[in-house]
Amino acid sequence: MKIAVARDTAAPLTRRRVVGLLAALALLAALVLASIAVGSRAVPLPAVVDALLHDTGEGDSYVVWSLRVPRTAVLLAVGIALGVAGMLIQALTRNPLADPGILGVNAGASLFVALGIAVFGLSSPGQYVWFSFAGALLVTVVVYVIGSAGRGSIDPIQLTLAGVTLGAILYAVVSAMTLLDPRTFEQMRNWSAGSVVGRGWEVLLPVLPFLAAGVLLAVAVAGPLNAIALGDDLAKSLGASIGRTRIIVVAAVTLLAGGATAVAGPIGFVGLMVPHVARWIVGPDQRWILGATLLLAPSLLLAADVVGRTVIRPGELPVGIVMAFVGAPILIVLVRRRKAAGL
Amino acid sequence: MTPGPTTVEPSAEGSATADPTAVEFGHRTWVVRRGRLALRWQARTVLVCTLLAVLTLVATTAALALGDYPLTLPEVWAALTGDPGAGFSSTVVLEWRLPRAVAAALFGAGLGAAGAVFQSLTRNSLASPDIIGISAGSYTGALIVIVLVQGTYLQLTAGALVGGAATAAVIYLLAWRGGVQGFRLIIVGIAVSAMLTSFNTWLMLTAKLEVALAASAWGAGTLGRIGLQEMLVGGGAVLVLLVVLAAFGQPMRQLELGDDAAHATGTRAEPVRLAVIAIAVALTAVVSSAAGPIAFIALAAPQIARRLCRTPGISVVPAALTGAVLLAGAELAALHLLPVALPVGVVTVVLGGGYLLWLIVHEVRRR
Repeated sequence: MKIAVARDTAAPLTRRRVVGLLAALALLAALVLASIAVGSRAVPLPAVVDALLHDTGEGDSYVVWSLRVPRTAVLLAVGIALGVAGMLIQALTRNPLADPGILGVNAGASLFVALGIAVFGLSSPGQYVWFSFAGALLVTVVVYVIGSAGRGSIDPIQLTLAGVTLGAILYAVVSAMTLLDPRTFEQMRNWSAGSVVGRGWEVLLPVLPFLAAGVLLAVAVAGPLNAIALGDDLAKSLGASIGRTRIIVVAAVTLLAGGATAVAGPIGFVGLMVPHVARWIVGPDQRWILGATLLLAPSLLLAADVVGRTVIRPGELPVGIVMAFVGAPILIVLVRRRKAAGL
Repeated sequence: MTPGPTTVEPSAEGSATADPTAVEFGHRTWVVRRGRLALRWQARTVLVCTLLAVLTLVATTAALALGDYPLTLPEVWAALTGDPGAGFSSTVVLEWRLPRAVAAALFGAGLGAAGAVFQSLTRNSLASPDIIGISAGSYTGALIVIVLVQGTYLQLTAGALVGGAATAAVIYLLAWRGGVQGFRLIIVGIAVSAMLTSFNTWLMLTAKLEVALAASAWGAGTLGRIGLQEMLVGGGAVLVLLVVLAAFGQPMRQLELGDDAAHATGTRAEPVRLAVIAIAVALTAVVSSAAGPIAFIALAAPQIARRLCRTPGISVVPAALTGAVLLAGAELAALHLLPVALPVGVVTVVLGGGYLLWLIVHEVRRR
């Protein structure tokens, strides 16, 4: 009887998942093309395809290959990293409001990057990515310790508040450092608005292996996270190793959020929204959520960047600012839902 | 989190936890009667308030004396009293240091009082104007005036007032769901602040470089732009608002008991609530338009005051005095303790934020 019921519900769910993922894939492909086509010099779609196929090194082809393709690649990588980091941190803290930006992880990475620039005179992301990792790791651990300080589980909203406060303090220290040292201010100014303008392969490639490692760790840990979602006691009785899962998740969040911040500066809200949309499409299984996040998160960031490039032509809005305008209303909607407050 | 103001133990100091057999007679109080009017003071509150006032005076005097051109106390006094022999020290004290020093104390008091109002009305120790985004809204209003019309100081204050009031209304509406639950209000406020901050960043990007540079230093919260005019207009407005607010002290205490109880004791809940919210928003806006969004004073001052006075609820006067001490002290630290002068907002964020983190961890631990 039970099995029959399960089969009945499983078939539509699988169909929904497959259809959803295919739609997400199509959306991502369309947005990649849009991201290559749209800009201060608009390239029509046939020309985009032509330029992609034949690299002539001049005209549209030059614009596409030297500017748009690297930028799109950066957005893809950063989007995936931030989305997966958000999904992991939500699953780990069982907190629907968690996000590397909201919980201050990006701020921690910023602080350490500022330290690297001010104290050690670093200048390229390949160099300061390690500082970014250190900051992200520190804040992830601190937030987790705050979250597990009490006997019971922490109220998601209190954890959010703790993270926001931590972020405010860290950003204040960053702003103090940049105000003290004009050279740091100059370097940080470009980076701290959360922008991908002028970020190309030379910025992305040194960080890419770390992002890939983070995604692989996330894939490895998605199954056990399903057990963790049931609560620690039940997870133990199901044979999940809670301690090991947590360490892997913290490592993955560090690699992903730290790496993404090193490349594009602090960008918030991607990791907040995408897992919710993913859960809505594919259901509560973390492995499927991970798959959907891999497609949806870069779509969101690409869409935000395309919007940022078009709304104030010929100028550009940094993608971090667009994300705040899209993301903050989502946070409000989530907190207005009764479930969010009591999860 | 148990919000502070909800506890309404009738003057049970420490609630006699140490020895259950001890009889607790409550706080020692002083009563002043004159005809039909009677004022009742709690001895500890009076003592704490006096101490805080003295501390504010000390910090302000120190701010007048310290600096690249250090002065002795008699020299400061001579300059203040208009002694013709004061000479250059008169310029230093009256024109350079006095506006900033007095503004630090008054603005701190304004922020502390505004925080007390919001925390008391929402019965939530975290719902202060800087956390829920009213400071950010005021700052945005002022910034729009600066960037778009290069307005005067008065226009700027008007912009801040409109921005603060509009933000307060938006946050309240968004957080409303058959009543405003404390934490929903705070998260909605945080989200609205995030949007406003992004909008501010964008305004800065579109502004001319020199406007953007001036505005960005101001965005951290600084008293560096305060001149005699700002001190007189801003400080005066804060003083007037504080006096008006003090008149609402008694009805506010009734409101903390809930609307029904307030009605029963003869307080009309809605008009009082609207009036004190308007005053608190105005206080925040006046300070933000002159000094930028100085964070965490409004959050921390009422809570520190409550712990110092050991009163069950939030009271405005101790909160205002604590705010004055905090901002005057932070300004001193920002100017003289650190190797390089920083905007005072940086210091208040680090100190106040640390305090808030401690508060959250402490509350979580206790459960």
